[in-house]
Amino acid sequence: MHNKSIMALGAGLRAGDFSSVELTRAFLDRIAQYDGELNCFITLDPERALTSAAAADRLIRSGKAGPLAGIPIAHKDIFCTDGVKTSCGSRMLDNFIAPYDATVVSRLSEAGTVMLGKTNMDEFAMGSSNETSYYGVVRNPWDSSLVPGGSSGGSAASVAARLCVAATGTDTGGSIRQPAALCGITGLKPTYGRVSRYGMIAFASSLDQGGALTRSAEDAAVMLQAMAGFDHRDSTSAQEPVPDYSENLNAPLTGLKIGLPKEYFNEGLDGEVARSVELAVDEYRRLGAEAMEISLPNSELSVATYYVVAPAECSSNLSRFDGVRFGYRCQEPKDLEDLYKRSRSEGFGAEVKRRILIGTYALSAGYYDAYYLKAQQIRHLISDDFRRAFDKVDVIMGPTSPTTAFAIGEKADDPVTMYLSDIYTIAANLAGLPGISIPVRPVAGKPVGLQIIGNYFQEAKLLNVAHRLQQESDWHRALPTGY
Amino acid sequence: MSLKRSDVENIAHLARLAVNTSELDSVAGDLSTILHLVEQMNAVDTTGVIPMAHPLHMAQRLRPDVVNETDEREHFQSIAPATEMGLYLVPRVVE
Repeated sequence: MHNKSIMALGAGLRAGDFSSVELTRAFLDRIAQYDGELNCFITLDPERALTSAAAADRLIRSGKAGPLAGIPIAHKDIFCTDGVKTSCGSRMLDNFIAPYDATVVSRLSEAGTVMLGKTNMDEFAMGSSNETSYYGVVRNPWDSSLVPGGSSGGSAASVAARLCVAATGTDTGGSIRQPAALCGITGLKPTYGRVSRYGMIAFASSLDQGGALTRSAEDAAVMLQAMAGFDHRDSTSAQEPVPDYSENLNAPLTGLKIGLPKEYFNEGLDGEVARSVELAVDEYRRLGAEAMEISLPNSELSVATYYVVAPAECSSNLSRFDGVRFGYRCQEPKDLEDLYKRSRSEGFGAEVKRRILIGTYALSAGYYDAYYLKAQQIRHLISDDFRRAFDKVDVIMGPTSPTTAFAIGEKADDPVTMYLSDIYTIAANLAGLPGISIPVRPVAGKPVGLQIIGNYFQEAKLLNVAHRLQQESDWHRALPTGY
Repeated sequence: MSLKRSDVENIAHLARLAVNTSELDSVAGDLSTILHLVEQMNAVDTTGVIPMAHPLHMAQRLRPDVVNETDEREHFQSIAPATEMGLYLVPRVVE
């Protein structure tokens, strides 16, 4: 039961083969069995899950249920959930019971999904390995000595180990796509503004985008359908109409033009990972697509640009954590400044503090033009590279991550080496473009992700391209042993 | 650009973070390494390039000037560290 698609589970639920309560119990049992080792979840709420499963069962019996009714999912702990702890992976919010639901949470709940719990993540989504979480590392189900990637590491590992059917995530510089790649699942980051940011704890507001981690593109289409759409509570929510994401999943790929950026196949890329990507591109050629080399000349500056824009926005966003209105407050502050400084220093971990300091510096008097303004100008150049590329090609393909999953601890003490794990994913965030990572041929038993980037609001095309490969191959069906 | 201990102290104060004296050197080292990475940007001539603040080049939406949220002060203050009579409590500011 735990290995079925959303569509198959939905059919089983509607046919009365099993109930959502039974399905939810089955996943809660799997979590109890496996999560001690994996550490995917920060908060579990079995009682609430079973109550909503019972409600979903009533909805299903009424005949009014949609495709997600009764499906057990998990939410990244960055999404506010009314009455449930929402920690964002931080000591700062260890005591924070959100007073409202994020729009993503309320929409998925209206669709009838059952929330099993809240997943582990890098603190405030700042990390690429899930090692910065206050709640400890998440282990990769393919090999427990490896990281699951990050920051949506708990979501990715829980979907890979089949501890939930699907999970939500957020992607500021690769935080959905990179862990999806490292855990061997499908991860979709929509166009900036496609999914509401309301109630999604802000890291870098001009880059943050919510999305889904699933076992297949077909499942991702169903999840995005429920999540996407205009929200008046998000000031940068896109007003574009939402198409039917499942309608064209099977459309033929004859004549599809694939661009392969030469900068994505540079010396930093592992040779075997490159080979896996090439094998997938060959498969697309067999499906009638045409692949050609393109150039994104400024993409090599993405990491440098990102590490100005993201910390600058983070230093501003995280100034709200002041020990006054909610969250952690230090013991016995001697004055207001001591209250601010100690609450923030004790509440935030090392990586979060590092990024706040970098951002504060980049925005400070005398340095703004040299750092933030310069970064925004290069961001424009990076975005123009994509605009020119999409005049020639329909989608861009390359590796999601330069290597397979690395060992826990391997890069933890070296921030810059860690930052380079996101070298191929960051540019799409800077430009605001949608991207998806899907599993291709593994290397030495470790998953590899193919990244597909599309033009603005072309999620349906990305899902179609991803789905067709998943119809022709079994890479996305591979399961980690022991689960 | 390499940061000195005094730079870190200054930035930390602006960010309202306390950095222990014993950590100043390692924090200065980490931040300098990141700034070194960031300075790759200097290789590009950006004269005349318009800064990109937002991916969708959208204008800020306006709405009618009417109240559309209800007062939830008690609800939101129920998670505050310390409140009294609807006010957030902090250490004494004025002697």
